[in-house]
Amino acid sequence: MATERPARTRRRAAAFWNDARVRAVFAQLLVLALVVAGGAYLIRNTLLNLERLGVSTGFGFLWTTAGFDISQALVPYDRTYSYARAFLVGLLNTFYVSIVSIVLATILGFVVGIARLSSNWLVAKVAAAYIEIVRNVPLLLQLIVWYFVVLGGLPAPRRSLVLGEGVYLNVRGLFVPKPLFEPGFGYTALAFLLAVAAVVVLARWARRRFEATGQPFPTFRVGLAILLLVPAAVFLATGRPLAFEYPELGKFRVSGGLVLLPEFLAMVAGLSVYTASFIAEIVRAGIESVSRGQWEAAWSLGLTRGQTLRLIVVPQALRVIIPPQTSQYLNLTKNSSLGVAIGYPDFFNVAGTINNQTGQAVEVIAITMAVYLSLSLVISAFMNWYNRRMALVER
Amino acid sequence: MAVRSESPREIPRPPVSERIGPLAWLKHNLFSTWYNTLLTFLVLWLLWVTLVPFVEWAVVNATLAGTSKADCPADGACWALVRVRFHQYLFGLYPVEERWRVLLAFALLVAGMVPLFLPRMPRRILYAIVLILVYPPVAYLLFAGGRFGLVPVETANWGGLFLTLVIAGVGITTSLPLGILLALGRRSSMPVVRALSVAFIELVRGVPLVTILFMASVMLPLFLPPGVTIDKLLRALVGVSLFSSAYMAEVVRGGLQAIPKGQYEAAMALGLSYWQMMRLVILPQALRLVIPGIVNTFIGLFKDTSLVTIIGLYDLLGMAKLITTDPAWLGRAAESYLFAAFGFWIFCFGMSRYSMYVERVLAAGRERD
Repeated sequence: MATERPARTRRRAAAFWNDARVRAVFAQLLVLALVVAGGAYLIRNTLLNLERLGVSTGFGFLWTTAGFDISQALVPYDRTYSYARAFLVGLLNTFYVSIVSIVLATILGFVVGIARLSSNWLVAKVAAAYIEIVRNVPLLLQLIVWYFVVLGGLPAPRRSLVLGEGVYLNVRGLFVPKPLFEPGFGYTALAFLLAVAAVVVLARWARRRFEATGQPFPTFRVGLAILLLVPAAVFLATGRPLAFEYPELGKFRVSGGLVLLPEFLAMVAGLSVYTASFIAEIVRAGIESVSRGQWEAAWSLGLTRGQTLRLIVVPQALRVIIPPQTSQYLNLTKNSSLGVAIGYPDFFNVAGTINNQTGQAVEVIAITMAVYLSLSLVISAFMNWYNRRMALVER
Repeated sequence: MAVRSESPREIPRPPVSERIGPLAWLKHNLFSTWYNTLLTFLVLWLLWVTLVPFVEWAVVNATLAGTSKADCPADGACWALVRVRFHQYLFGLYPVEERWRVLLAFALLVAGMVPLFLPRMPRRILYAIVLILVYPPVAYLLFAGGRFGLVPVETANWGGLFLTLVIAGVGITTSLPLGILLALGRRSSMPVVRALSVAFIELVRGVPLVTILFMASVMLPLFLPPGVTIDKLLRALVGVSLFSSAYMAEVVRGGLQAIPKGQYEAAMALGLSYWQMMRLVILPQALRLVIPGIVNTFIGLFKDTSLVTIIGLYDLLGMAKLITTDPAWLGRAAESYLFAAFGFWIFCFGMSRYSMYVERVLAAGRERD
């Protein structure tokens, strides 16, 4: 700095307000002051309004009795539990519907995306029509149609659609047999966990051997066999400690069994069909991004079409696919908040009910935003980690 | 393998009859291999069990005549519902005798936009800015009335496609400038401005639109001084605009990042100030690059306007839902929603085609470089 001094003093003509750094500091101070003043004004108004409405602030209400029922709860809950517990139930419902829909949307999206590239003209056109129709209609409209028109149009329990032994679909939801775990089933579960561990070890070993010697190992087939056969053998050896409680059709209701509520079914159907149309386009773009030369090189090495896809094309396509896929998963999770329109008790829906009951709008909104924000951050952190694992390692 | 060819030209090609014509096309595109044949039949069967009953319901057995559900066939669509309520899908509960005002406003908009598409329009940008500044007050005056002898119409009565277009239009025109400002803020060298922009963008993008709308409808009244009330539609507009401007900011940022550093340096070397550089050099290039992304954000915004149904406004979807609750048409929800879906689809599909067209034009332009 000292060496520049003489040059600066000579050009004294420039006033200090023309110095870029001074201006930057001033501009930032101005922006900060505006934001702080605006925030303070809004907070002051809010406090005044809350005082006028007689609403007490604070999170103490969380521990008082909720007093309302939730139609679907993954943890024990009834109206005597606290508001905090109700929030938890809603959060778990959001997770539940999001995870199931993400899995289904991914499968459907990959199938449609590959079908879009099929050499079969009819298959490609049907896939294209699916994509163009589904993604240009609002999700909320689709959810409402699934719930009120498709599922609402199902027959009464008495005339249920029978989809298999003990599987009934009617206007009250999808009824499936409920597994009853008898003592001794723990061994089968343990065997399954051990099988998973064994397959992980096997896959690592096969990979290392492949990289060292070039000898391939049928990891997928052997792994699948271990995963299926070991628990099955233990299951049979311990005397089949599993029974099913079949749902029974009554005149107006179905008793027993497990039930998937129509709200849940509509959410899963709507979210996965809608998101799949976006995933399909991402998958298509990903596969098209792999240049033709890669296919041709693989074929000239003597790989089959399936091997080419699995070993050459998909690993390269995944690098293009994963980042936009992440935002689709994020979108799906956020879109699950539309459950409020069809009465699915997701986090947002429960928060809305709590807001109506307590009037603690500021606190409820703060909790809601914090939860969705952290959910987004967790999902994107996870997908970033996965992306780094899959990314091309360059020199 | 009977012929051993030295050069590819000598490979015997199949006779013309096996290469062209409908039969060859069928064989090549539908029955090339055994699994393609299988797939073709599978898809044909799927279409047969889904599309045929649908067409029977929607077209063959459907009726357009009638005034209530009693006039409709049991096994066909009741499009009479759509015919009778058509104006409500378009205008909601806007008073019938005042609807010319809505039509006039949209006609003015179309007329005003024509010069923008003339190939040799001088000062196009200036004209666009003037249009954006002048049109909204005029439109608001026509829609809401209350002056110049126009009967006042409460915003609660605005509805249908008209309301959808109002929300989408306001969202689009406010989110683009706001998004550009936020994107510039995010790339700014001033730490305070950057931090504020990043915080806003990430906060808004991290939560669902419903929570923003919910916040707008619950919190905005609390934010204002006691005694000041704020219109329900205005709350929704604030929510939608803030939400889409965060997404727009990320699209614009993509464009800004794609501009080579040399452009910034050249602009600064010419002595342009920051705003001159952005206005004259960087933004025209950056925005042109991300036109497809901007249009995609518009499409998302257009679809998202349907969420105002949840906070009790009657846009196209809300109106379709309201109509299904009319006892005269009970049990005819499918027709109502299908028509609304068609309305949304037309606009979104049109916009996505436009975006693809622009992408093609831009790609062609870049290839020539």
